[in-house]
Amino acid sequence: MTELRGFYTLWLREVTRYIRDRVRIVSSFVQPLLWLVVFGVGIGASLRGGLPGLNYQQLIFPGIVGQTLLFTSMFMGISVIWDKEFGFMKEILVAPISRFSIFLGKMFGDSTDALIQGAIVILLGFALGMTSDPVAFFICLPIMLLITFGLVSIGLTIASFMGSLESFGAIQSFINLPLFFLSGALFPIQNLPDWMQNASKLNPLTYGVDALRTVLLGGAWQPYQVQPLLVDIGIVAGFDVVMIIVGTWAFGRMK
Amino acid sequence: MTNVIETSQLTKSFNGLTAVDKLDISVESGEVFGLLGPNGAGKTTTISMLCTILKPTSGTAKVNGFDVVKEATQVRKSIGIVFQDPSVDDRLTGRENLYMHANLYGVPPGEHRSRINEVLKLVELEDRADDLLRTYSGGMRRRLELARGLIHYPKVLFLDEPTIGLDPQTREHIWAYVRELKKTHDITVVLTTHYMDEADRLSDRIAIMDYGKIIALDTSAKLKDTLEGDVVTIRANNLPALSALLAEKMRLTKVRVNDGALEITLRQGKSSLPRIVETATANNVFIESISLREPNLEDVFLHYTGRIIRAESGEKLPRGMSAIQRRKIR
Repeated sequence: MTELRGFYTLWLREVTRYIRDRVRIVSSFVQPLLWLVVFGVGIGASLRGGLPGLNYQQLIFPGIVGQTLLFTSMFMGISVIWDKEFGFMKEILVAPISRFSIFLGKMFGDSTDALIQGAIVILLGFALGMTSDPVAFFICLPIMLLITFGLVSIGLTIASFMGSLESFGAIQSFINLPLFFLSGALFPIQNLPDWMQNASKLNPLTYGVDALRTVLLGGAWQPYQVQPLLVDIGIVAGFDVVMIIVGTWAFGRMK
Repeated sequence: MTNVIETSQLTKSFNGLTAVDKLDISVESGEVFGLLGPNGAGKTTTISMLCTILKPTSGTAKVNGFDVVKEATQVRKSIGIVFQDPSVDDRLTGRENLYMHANLYGVPPGEHRSRINEVLKLVELEDRADDLLRTYSGGMRRRLELARGLIHYPKVLFLDEPTIGLDPQTREHIWAYVRELKKTHDITVVLTTHYMDEADRLSDRIAIMDYGKIIALDTSAKLKDTLEGDVVTIRANNLPALSALLAEKMRLTKVRVNDGALEITLRQGKSSLPRIVETATANNVFIESISLREPNLEDVFLHYTGRIIRAESGEKLPRGMSAIQRRKIR
C-alpha cells in the first residue's frame, strides 16, 4: 500500500509539473507543425506519385507522432538531472519505498506527459485533415503509452548515470536522431538497402511507428506494413519490460 | 533513558581515505545531540550512514533499534531528515511538497490534512502554504523542509547544518522551532553544525568531531569547564615582544596569536588585567585594546584540536547557485 501511494505521488508530481509548464505545452505544437506542413508539403511536392495510395503528408503523420513521443520521452530524462542538481532526488531516494516504485512512478509520470504531447499532435492531424477517424485516435492512446514506457526508461536510465545537464545534450545526437531516422518515420523501410533496413528492424521505435500507421492509415498502409499490429505491440511491450528492468537497476545504484 | 542511536566502531572510507573512523556514539532518547566540527570532519558522512544513504565500510549502527544496513526501510520510517543542501521541489507549492512527503512516508491518508496543517503552523508558513516554492526565500524553504521532516512523526530528526547560509534572524527562528519541538514532541534531534553558537544554544550534549573521530563529548558547560580559566584578548603594536614579556614577568605561557591579536588563557582573568597592562606600558608596548571573556566552544575546539574551526568552504552552495543561474539562462 505504501509502495502504491509512493508510486502515485511521484506520478502526480511529474504530471503536475508538466501541466504547470504552459510554455512547454504550447511549444509542443510548433515542431510537429513544421514537419507536417513545411517538410511534408515540400517533400511531397517533389515526390509526386511516389507511394501509390498514400500522399506523403499522410505517410509521415504517424511518423511525426512517433518522433514527438521519442523526443519528448528522451527529454524527460532531464528531470532526473534537475532533481539531482537541486537535491530533490535525495528526498525521494531516502523515502521508505523501493527503487522499483520510485522508477515506475517517475516513468509513468513522464510517459503520461509524453502521451499528452503525442495526443496533441494527433489532434493537430485532425485539424490539418490528415485523419478524421475518432476511433483511431482512441486506439492510438494505449499504443502511444506503450511506446513511451520504453523510451522514457532509456532517458531516465541514461540521466541517472549523468552528472550534468551539458552531457545530456549528447543524447540528441547519439540516440534521438539515429532512432528517429531509422524508424521509418519519414519513409517506408521496404525499399531501403539491406544494412539500413536491418538497422531499422533493430529499432523498437520502428514497430511503434508501424503500429500507429496501421491504426491511422488503415488499408492504405497494408502493403507496406513491417509487422501485423499485434506483433508490433508485442515487440514494443517486450522492449518496455526490458527497459523497465534496466531502469530499476540504474535507479537502484543511484546515491 | 534508552539509547535511540547506537553506533559501534562505525567506519566509512572513500578510496582509502577514512572519513569516519571507528565511531562509538550513543544518543539518548529525547535529547538534542550536537555534532560539531569543521567542514570535512565527517559529520555529514556520519549522518548519511545513520540515515541509510551511505553504507558503512565497517562497524554497525542502530537507529530506533533497527540496523541501518539490514533494516534500512524501518530506519527510514523512523527518521526525518533536513539535508544540508536544499531538497524541495520548487515547482510545487509548500502544501504539495508536504503532501508528497506524507505519501512517500506512508502517513495514513485520513491524517494528511491535519498533519500538514499542524507542521505548517509550527514553522509559521500557513499563509504561504499554497504558493510555489520558487517564490519562497531561503529561510522559508528551510522552514518548510523542517516541517516536512516532521510530518511522519519521526523518532529521530536529523538536521544537517540547518541554518547554513541563513540570516541571523532566520537562524533564531529555526532554533526556536527546534527548542519548541523538544518541548512538545517526543523526538530526538541530531544536529550537525560548524557554528559554535548553534551547538551551544541547542544541544544537550555536544560531540566535537575532527578528522573522522570524536575528540570530546559532553554537555556544553562541562566541555567549557575542561578549559582552565578565561581568555584575554589583546591588540598591541608589538605582539611578539608582549608575548615574551608576559611569559617572562607573569609566567603566562598559554599564549597564542590569532587574527592579529594575542589570546591568553589564564585563571582569574579579571584580577590579572591591571598587571598585564602595567607590564606592557612599563616596557614600551602600546596596547590598543584589551578584552576579557569566559571560555566558549570555540576555545574548547581550539583546546582539543589546536586549531580554530575552519569556516565552511562553501563548496556546496556555489554548485546550487550555478544551477539556478543556468536555469534562468534557459
